[in-house]
Amino acid sequence: MSGEPLVSLDGVEVHFEESQGLLDFGEPEVVRAVDGVSLDIEENDVVALVGESGCGKTTLGKTTIGLQRPTGGSVRYRGQDVWDAKDGRGDVEIPHDEIRRSLQIIHQDPGGSLNPNRRVRKILEAPLKRWQSDMSAGDRRREVRSMLERVGMTPPADYAGRYPHQLSGGEQQRVALVRALLMDPDLILADEAISALDVSLRVEMMDLLLELQAQFDTSFVFVSHDLSNARYLASHAGGRIGVMYLGELVEIGPAERIINDPKHPYTKVLRWATPDLHAGSDAPEPPVRTIDIPDPTDPPSGCRFHTRCPEAREACRRHSPEPVDAAADHEVACFRELDDHEYWSSPPLADEDESVDDAPPSQPSPAE
Amino acid sequence: MTDQDTRSTQTATHSTERTGSTDGTADHVLEIRDAEVSFEMDRGVSRVMDHVDLDVHRGEIIGVVGESGSGKSMLASSMLDAVVDPGVLSGEITYYPEDGEPVDVLGLSDRKLKRLRWEEISMVFQGAMSSFNPTMGVREHFVETLEAHDDDVEAGMERARELLSDLYLEPERVLDAYPHELSGGMRQRALIALSLVLEPEVLVMDEPTAALDLLMQRSILSLLEDLREKHDLTMVFITHDLPLVAELADRIAVMYAFELIEIGPTDEILRHAAHPYTRALLNATPNLDAPLEEMRSIEGAAPDPVDVPDGCTYHPRCPLADETCVADDPDFRQVDAAHEAACFHWEDAAEAVPFTGVDVDADPQTSITEEHR
Repeated sequence: MSGEPLVSLDGVEVHFEESQGLLDFGEPEVVRAVDGVSLDIEENDVVALVGESGCGKTTLGKTTIGLQRPTGGSVRYRGQDVWDAKDGRGDVEIPHDEIRRSLQIIHQDPGGSLNPNRRVRKILEAPLKRWQSDMSAGDRRREVRSMLERVGMTPPADYAGRYPHQLSGGEQQRVALVRALLMDPDLILADEAISALDVSLRVEMMDLLLELQAQFDTSFVFVSHDLSNARYLASHAGGRIGVMYLGELVEIGPAERIINDPKHPYTKVLRWATPDLHAGSDAPEPPVRTIDIPDPTDPPSGCRFHTRCPEAREACRRHSPEPVDAAADHEVACFRELDDHEYWSSPPLADEDESVDDAPPSQPSPAE
Repeated sequence: MTDQDTRSTQTATHSTERTGSTDGTADHVLEIRDAEVSFEMDRGVSRVMDHVDLDVHRGEIIGVVGESGSGKSMLASSMLDAVVDPGVLSGEITYYPEDGEPVDVLGLSDRKLKRLRWEEISMVFQGAMSSFNPTMGVREHFVETLEAHDDDVEAGMERARELLSDLYLEPERVLDAYPHELSGGMRQRALIALSLVLEPEVLVMDEPTAALDLLMQRSILSLLEDLREKHDLTMVFITHDLPLVAELADRIAVMYAFELIEIGPTDEILRHAAHPYTRALLNATPNLDAPLEEMRSIEGAAPDPVDVPDGCTYHPRCPLADETCVADDPDFRQVDAAHEAACFHWEDAAEAVPFTGVDVDADPQTSITEEHR
């Protein structure tokens, strides 16, 4: 916690305007993809962001590595505002080029991010040519081969000569990873990088990520909708899991705490949603009052989770909870963490109320 | 080898030489015998499903699990004789209606097949967007389906509203919408309602929830469980996601390299899987309740469909493989009354591929229930 974080997000907002079409002159609808998120990423840190699709986790990840310009708040790299550097505003201590090199991404679909007309060797030599222009051609070739070997693609000469379509999905993902690492980055965003792989290959790929993370001291932000993958990576690396809901970070803390002692009702729901091989074969009712996510252009008032939350009370409709410390390094945005909050004396939300907002009237009574 | 007798038998009891995943006792709604799908390719004939025998019991939920390219989608399509060209399906598929004569599915005329597909055996595939016509409202889909099958539209729409409501949807709002106006999870539930509107006996689902969030997947699964009970449905749930289907299925069938390699009651498979592949797959599955150190991936890769290994197709990756496995393809062995595995060395599998997660063999009942919370 001492010194400047590697990347520091402060009150970050990313609002997208959704155009209504040519002939519609009404107000454009605004999607609040990320709303008021503050998060520090340290050196050699691993943070896994989880949540349902549309919760803003990918947008937050992209904002963290300077790929997405925030509409509010700031993103700093070692103290330098990333977008000031980009726009040349104020005293730029760290040039934008260096920030770009230092913050890398591997995509969900590695095939689509690799140029299909270039051999693996060319794809991987490109970053070296750009960032280490004094390197000789022979050294470049050796470096590429040694990296391929390190990610288990042997014989490296054979793989270096292939085109992306001649690689399996797992191998393409490794090439994308090597390409990111060759930039010598401080932080890599892995955006659902595991989800596309077959179950039997996921652990292997995650082990590789962990091994390289430790070897290169690279920080990782790992975006996933799957809590068990997030836990595997974050726990092994001694990192954190951050839970997002409708653009807000509702809970963040050490991985094992989030798994074993989740505080936010939404985190508990995600925990329920993660299949468990040994829990027996009954599928109980979902522990949410409505199973569909509200429209992100019109998020609920107060706590955004109140329309689905099994614990919601009247207070949750009116006020939006701020993150509070549940324990060291563990923050939760829920009134239930505050013993003296008016939440405890306010009446539970009845389901009839919900149909007024956005829940279907056919909703059965709350589960459990 | 079993073709003749399945066709001529009226009841579900018949004998086969191949034990396979067939049994003579339960009430079967579907019987698949020696089903095979092949494609002609430039590189040679590619067999994407190889000699599958499977009985689907009436009223059960059976989960068919396999990784991508294992042939599991071919099995789903086969049950409705819906394998797409240029794939060629051979073998025997028999449907036994609740009342009435058995139906030889592969011998049906196009017209009768069309009726069978919605009225008796219905299907839901991954990606509801491509199953809906984007230019048609959701209501029209229901009406058109009912009309095409000469069903009473008014009564049918009443069923539709009830199904939608049972799937936690607001019936009128969904019926009035176009498919693209619904979220992925709503669309997939609307598609499930559509597939059930003609009151079929069997619902075949191929990765019906794969594109959705886990929370939506789990929610849909719990709704499917309710629907099964309410409508006396038989369900075939095909997926790559073993933990997901383990929560729902009564039995699990595992496919590897275009073959069925193990089948048994879900608890049996989870606790006492007898095929080394199934055991390795269970070990490779991230699990929130398992100790972290215990997950490991399966060495090697699944075979290419034009170059399937001789003998047991799993032998190049299997720690138990010996000369027998290289030379011969194992038939199913009886592990337990309802549990079979296609492995010569199944008795040694537990020792060779120990379960690394929960201590399942010690005391199944307690170790399973109190693992968490």
